[in-house]
Amino acid sequence: MPPSPNTSNLEQIAREIRGKLIEMSNRAETPHLASALSCVDILVAAYWNVLKIDAKTPQSESRDRFILSKGHAASALYAVLAKRGFFPESLLDTFAQEGSPLAEQPAPACAPGVELATGSLGHGLPVGIGMALAARIRKLDYRVFVTLSDGECNEGSVWEAALFAPAQKLNRLAILIDYNKWQATGRSNEVMALPSLAAKWSAFGWNTMEIDGHDLNALTDAMNRMGEGEKPLAIVANTVKGKGVSFMEDDNNWHYRVPNKEEVAAARRELGLS
Amino acid sequence: MRNAFAKEITTLAQQDERIVLLSADIGNRLFDDFKEKCPGRFYNCGVAEANMIGVAAGMALSGLRPVCYTITNFITYRCLEQIRIDLCYHHQPVVVVGTGAGLSYASLGYTHQSCEEMGMLRLLPGLAVVAPADSMEVRAGLRAALQQPGPVYMRIGKKGEPNVHQSLPDFTIGRAISVREGTGACILSAGTMLSVAIQAAELLATRGISAQVASFHTIKPLDVEFLTKVFSKFKAVATVEEHSVLGGLGGAVAEWLSEQTAPQARLLRFGTRDEILHETCEQSSARKIFGLTPEHIAEGIQKLWR
Repeated sequence: MPPSPNTSNLEQIAREIRGKLIEMSNRAETPHLASALSCVDILVAAYWNVLKIDAKTPQSESRDRFILSKGHAASALYAVLAKRGFFPESLLDTFAQEGSPLAEQPAPACAPGVELATGSLGHGLPVGIGMALAARIRKLDYRVFVTLSDGECNEGSVWEAALFAPAQKLNRLAILIDYNKWQATGRSNEVMALPSLAAKWSAFGWNTMEIDGHDLNALTDAMNRMGEGEKPLAIVANTVKGKGVSFMEDDNNWHYRVPNKEEVAAARRELGLS
Repeated sequence: MRNAFAKEITTLAQQDERIVLLSADIGNRLFDDFKEKCPGRFYNCGVAEANMIGVAAGMALSGLRPVCYTITNFITYRCLEQIRIDLCYHHQPVVVVGTGAGLSYASLGYTHQSCEEMGMLRLLPGLAVVAPADSMEVRAGLRAALQQPGPVYMRIGKKGEPNVHQSLPDFTIGRAISVREGTGACILSAGTMLSVAIQAAELLATRGISAQVASFHTIKPLDVEFLTKVFSKFKAVATVEEHSVLGGLGGAVAEWLSEQTAPQARLLRFGTRDEILHETCEQSSARKIFGLTPEHIAEGIQKLWR
């Protein structure tokens, strides 16, 4: 069972992870920082409060699976896995450097705990469905969690999968949509007809919840509602892109911008980190 | 061939509980026996091929041996990225079976023809590309494919193709099967053209040219040992396939040949031309339009003897 520190501890963990992501982006000069900051709380709630995983046995057949389908936020996944003990935190210093296992977007089996290579959007959910079906076929009781971005919901394959999972009554599958209202070059609610996102998933046959995607308790409670009835679970998590740093929040320039040293220091101060 | 596939996958799945069959809403009743004998291991994934390939990858990553099945053009062109990333990048043992390959469904128009997909898929690292010749090779090929550590693409025909083999051949992926011996020329056939290739060799025999015929069922990895032998032994080597001369067996052999020193044989490639078939026609007529007939193949080879 995962450890269950109280929420204030987890909030501190989330702040430390955000601080780490900002440093990683600066050191490696990698984009997508705001996308990574957006989903930190989703990952923290999952990895500390929900997932049945053991960092010592990352290949255990019975482990819960977590797929970060929005692979461009890989730094968040790496930082969470490191803090959760899957590999040394010092490895994060090599992020996106030549020869590092931690590429800008996750490669297959690149590090313990990484379930899937992602980066091309629209792949995580179909694969997650396959994993959930395999659990049923093989009579294993693990659960599958897939985190998607809202921009990712532009992809047709997401909606193929959205139709298929309820048909298979996959109630051991949940998705979390990091709904920060931005995609690479515009407002996600304007580029495509994304509004009523929760109602869309509901209409497709999913148990759907819409919550504050930065509220660790709400995220934990939502994920724990998996398995109620026969439907898969869709959690629409309302988030803020660039969450945690005032000058990055909801400013889509930070989809691609890399913070300089002064910005790293200012951001860490805001997060209450030295 | 599709009946042979359905029968064989049913047999194999009864022996191996890891085998799961996924179809994209085709094969009405074809898999009834599978469903009955292997409950819980058949999935109609709907008309949603990209999702099907991803689902298969997730199953393979979780210890199963999935086989995906639908019409060739949908399972290949539409799913190129899923095959590339979900299957090849992760090197997962998924068998992707395209039925009605080449000109099998010529009468349904270009939407249902596939004369480019072997070229496209041959570029993907780690993906074996296999084109069995008849029902016996489908069965033997499927067995071999399910033993592979990585992904396999297999293109098969529809139904009613003539059987060349009378029993299950010794089928190894990447190893050509010689079905007729000869001394002057060699015809390498991919997929269901094998019976046509044999007829071409018979025609050549009546004209004094002895031709070997091989089922060159694996386009990737290429059987270079076999190629080395036939190109050093014969005056002509012909490739025959229901696929564009660009990128398929002919293309693969030409690439290999370009790096060989002084091969004795001249390469002739028989396949579809780099054009879209606009005529409404059956498979046999479509083959004629592209010169995929025993007469045309024999004539092309014979020219080298004049």
